[in-house]
Amino acid sequence: MLKKTVLNAAHRALGARMVDFGGWDMPVNYGSQIEEHHAVRKDCGMFDVSHMCPVDVVGADCRAFLSRLVANDVAKLTVSGKALYSAMLNEAGGVIDDLIIYFLSDTRFRIVINAGTAEKDLAWMQAKAAEWNLDVTITQRRSGDSALAIIAVQGPNARAKVWQVLPQAKAAIANLKPFFAAEVDQYFIASTGYTGEDGYEIMLPASEAEALWNALHQAGVAPCGLGARDTLRLEAGMNLYGQDMDETVSPLDAGLAWTVAMKDGRDFVGKSALTAAGQRKAFLGLVLLTKGVLRGHQKVITKHGDGEITSGSFSPTLQQSIALARLPLGVQVGDEVEVDIRGKLLKARVTKPVFARNGKAVS
Amino acid sequence: MSNVPANLKYATSHEWMLLNADGTVTVGITDHAQEALGDLVFVELPEVGAHFAAEKEIAVVESVKAAADVYAPIAGTVTEVNQAAADAPESVNANAYAAWLFKMTPDNAADLDKMLDAAAYQAVADAA
Repeated sequence: MLKKTVLNAAHRALGARMVDFGGWDMPVNYGSQIEEHHAVRKDCGMFDVSHMCPVDVVGADCRAFLSRLVANDVAKLTVSGKALYSAMLNEAGGVIDDLIIYFLSDTRFRIVINAGTAEKDLAWMQAKAAEWNLDVTITQRRSGDSALAIIAVQGPNARAKVWQVLPQAKAAIANLKPFFAAEVDQYFIASTGYTGEDGYEIMLPASEAEALWNALHQAGVAPCGLGARDTLRLEAGMNLYGQDMDETVSPLDAGLAWTVAMKDGRDFVGKSALTAAGQRKAFLGLVLLTKGVLRGHQKVITKHGDGEITSGSFSPTLQQSIALARLPLGVQVGDEVEVDIRGKLLKARVTKPVFARNGKAVS
Repeated sequence: MSNVPANLKYATSHEWMLLNADGTVTVGITDHAQEALGDLVFVELPEVGAHFAAEKEIAVVESVKAAADVYAPIAGTVTEVNQAAADAPESVNANAYAAWLFKMTPDNAADLDKMLDAAAYQAVADAA
């Protein structure tokens, strides 16, 4: 039995093609994935991401808890509403999950974790809070009486569309800098996203989600499926948990060194393992120089040894195939490599792991 | 509901076949297949003159989402490929029965009689 978000019937009413997405019955597209992708780069699209799990962390020891729990440093969060992207590591330095932490007050943080990892994440968090004997209460907000839905509205016109539909929130959210959140009554509205475009991620009571979804649709916001979400995040060079990194992969080998605060004296789970191992792989982008489509797990042949594609697809913005890949150290941006696609070796160019943002190609 | 023309034959692996007056068979993927794959972005066609046994991988169609093999529905030799489909993969999404992929001369023309008719293929597509 697949799990359903509160917007399931709304997706079906819009003619969505539904797929089993890690045990969730989710829309992959509503017609054309490529058109949905372009809608977000050029105008405005919306995604139901209510399968992701908001988690409230409340209590006197919130900061102490999060400071030890995740690889990035919550000491960077000094202004209420500020968000921080981080990996949560196991003792071996592997990535249990990647998540966003929103700072609300010194006794209240909200975290959003991935859909497929939610149960193990929550169990891990609870175990660590108990082990460290800290005063924190950890509450999931994906199901139950206080369940939240999440609608991501993304694209150059996303802010204006949201102000139009939620005029009561405009004053609080109009000037949100990137990676901030504001609470407006029952709405939690963050200037975060997974597309490389401006926009908001809106958490709201599940019972109100369908009304907001329909109002956004009537305002001209294009419903977009998880297919477009994947090509948008890939173009933006954003990692996907389970593909680009998992419990066997160090964040340093997944392009996430910028999210790991190693230098200060703070200890966190996985730090000693990361210190001992260091960076062992380069995490870079590839652009295929011929026709074809790069896919996860394809072998990359370089003069420094073999590597592997972790995520690949066709880029609607570049009109070429692109990929994220874990490659031997020594491979440089600009190098030409070969990718084994069904036994044929096709040429690709190594790039920085980002291809398009804010409507434009950047690679 | 996908489109299943009555004048064609079908394979359970979602190829359609049209018997031409010259004895060759035109092959493409069905409307149901293109819809399931989503926006196509790459088509890899076989070499003209190559021989394929029935149910062998003969071509590849890739959407943004996934790669899918196209199988030789019957044994035969490739006589012609539709380069226009490879140049514009989206044409297969637009009309899967116009944007054929290749033509082949069957080893045994009677093999075509064993393939599904439209009603039988509709049942396969509905169950998928």
